[in-house]
Amino acid sequence: MNASATNVSSAHASVVIDQVTKIYDARAALNQVGLRLDPGQCVALVGHNGAGKSTLIKLMLGLIRPTHGQVRLLGEDPAGAHAARLRRAVGYLPENLAFHPSLTGRETLDFYARLKGVARTGNADLLARVGLEAEAARRRVGTYSKGMRQRLGLAQALLGRPRVLFLDEPTTGLDPALRQVFYEIVQELRAAGVTVLLSSHALTELEGQTDRIIVMNRGVKIADGTLTDLRHLADLPVRIRATGAQAGTVAEALGPLARVEPDGRAVECLCAGGDKVAVLRRLTSLPLADIAVTEPSLDELYAHFLRREQAA
Amino acid sequence: MNIPLMTIPLILAGKEIRDGLRNRWVVAATLLMATLALSLTFLGSVPTGTVGVGALDVVVVSLSSLTIFLVPLIALLLSFDAIVGEVDRGTMSLLLSYPVSRVQVVLGKFLGHVALLAFATLVGYGAAGAALVLTGTDTGAEGWRAFAGLIGSSILLGAVFIALGYLISALVRDRGAAGGIAIGLWLVFMLVFDMALLGVLVADQGKTVTVGLLNWLMLANPADAFRLFNLTGTSQVSQFAGMAGIAGQLQLGPLTLLAVLAGWTAVPLAAAALIFSRRQI
Repeated sequence: MNASATNVSSAHASVVIDQVTKIYDARAALNQVGLRLDPGQCVALVGHNGAGKSTLIKLMLGLIRPTHGQVRLLGEDPAGAHAARLRRAVGYLPENLAFHPSLTGRETLDFYARLKGVARTGNADLLARVGLEAEAARRRVGTYSKGMRQRLGLAQALLGRPRVLFLDEPTTGLDPALRQVFYEIVQELRAAGVTVLLSSHALTELEGQTDRIIVMNRGVKIADGTLTDLRHLADLPVRIRATGAQAGTVAEALGPLARVEPDGRAVECLCAGGDKVAVLRRLTSLPLADIAVTEPSLDELYAHFLRREQAA
Repeated sequence: MNIPLMTIPLILAGKEIRDGLRNRWVVAATLLMATLALSLTFLGSVPTGTVGVGALDVVVVSLSSLTIFLVPLIALLLSFDAIVGEVDRGTMSLLLSYPVSRVQVVLGKFLGHVALLAFATLVGYGAAGAALVLTGTDTGAEGWRAFAGLIGSSILLGAVFIALGYLISALVRDRGAAGGIAIGLWLVFMLVFDMALLGVLVADQGKTVTVGLLNWLMLANPADAFRLFNLTGTSQVSQFAGMAGIAGQLQLGPLTLLAVLAGWTAVPLAAAALIFSRRQI
């Protein structure tokens, strides 16, 4: 699975990381990591604090250089001679977002637009798009709440229609409404062919938002694939819960793993993903009121991959 | 679409200037300099009025001493945080994700900070000059030349210490340490260096340290280069500063002294840019 990142033609990839190791003070922050991001993909980078997510993003931005291996952003070295030109096609929302407190929201966005060589005429629309009202844009950033700073952060990342967007822990500490706005924008960008890489440790909210999930642990990539791929690989049991019919009959149909709940009304069983359809077929012949099938959540998958890594 | 090379530093300098004006830093520095300059001017011209020496020369002598202590301090306070502080707060990684090179960042900050310091110096010392004109003090062309030289070289001395502050800021990983080193550097150049030099001269009794060597030793301290430039600049000023003896033996012309100050700016600035370019953010 790890090899898939580099042996495919990388001519059109947005980002290619090839066997990259990054050593800080004799400690490997990243160890032999390889991956590839394509246009129109929204990829989640998942892992504990210190797993190497931010280091990976900084390498892709060219803020730091790899100790070994190669990084390619839009086909070029992000820390090389053409770095300035490349960065005009990139948007970045850092993990610890900070702005200059004495500038207003609008001035901040204008400042970054000028640095990127983008016309400032679109800035009012951009602020509206991330939900910063005109009144708020006239206030100094020093007075902003965390949510407002994050909105401004997203606005600056979207300046100049980037082709690649790096969002480091974008939704940490945000309220659900703002999170929704966030993912709506990400979906629009993905549809427009932008590569979006977002790192997170809030896993449950990523379900349904990303095409692919990369799991990092202590500087090593331990899983990379779609949610379905990862479920298949992990082979975690599916939880089936049936209610309505006589508990004994249901338990019989479900097989040896069935467990009748204390109130006697429902029967629950954990079955392997491959047996799911066969079990359901047996259940449908019974006079049931309801069947609930719960696939393993992203949290469970993540925990599984971590356990597997620790056992290895 | 290519952005001209100097556009980015100018945008960054503009932001620094706006920051400095907004957080009232410039107002505070300007008021401080104007207050001290005005009090020195009036205190200084009271006794000399009877002697008949051009009061402006006296002012140049007193303001030179003020510059030597105040301007490097203001410059270091302005600059020690410039790199390490932005890295610490997280604004640097965002800035560097833009089409901006690190050399441009250092250059932009330098232009902005020098502009702020120049504004404070011009207005602060300009107030003293204006006060002299308003009170009808006898000045004279040579006095004004010395005064203009004082303002220009004060800004240059400020630029030296801004560059030194960036060097500290690029080298150190911790804001507190940067502040401590900046104050230490100020003390070294203001007090320790001259005292050590004096000690060496007394101990040596003129056996090995010749006048020529002393000249060069004094150039190792930008504050001394500034002092030599201003206090030996014109005959009247040097007489008044008690530097006439030294001025007679000085083998360094004003242009050499200015070049030394420019070198003291360029070398630390280039070193700061180089070190910052290699630094891991």
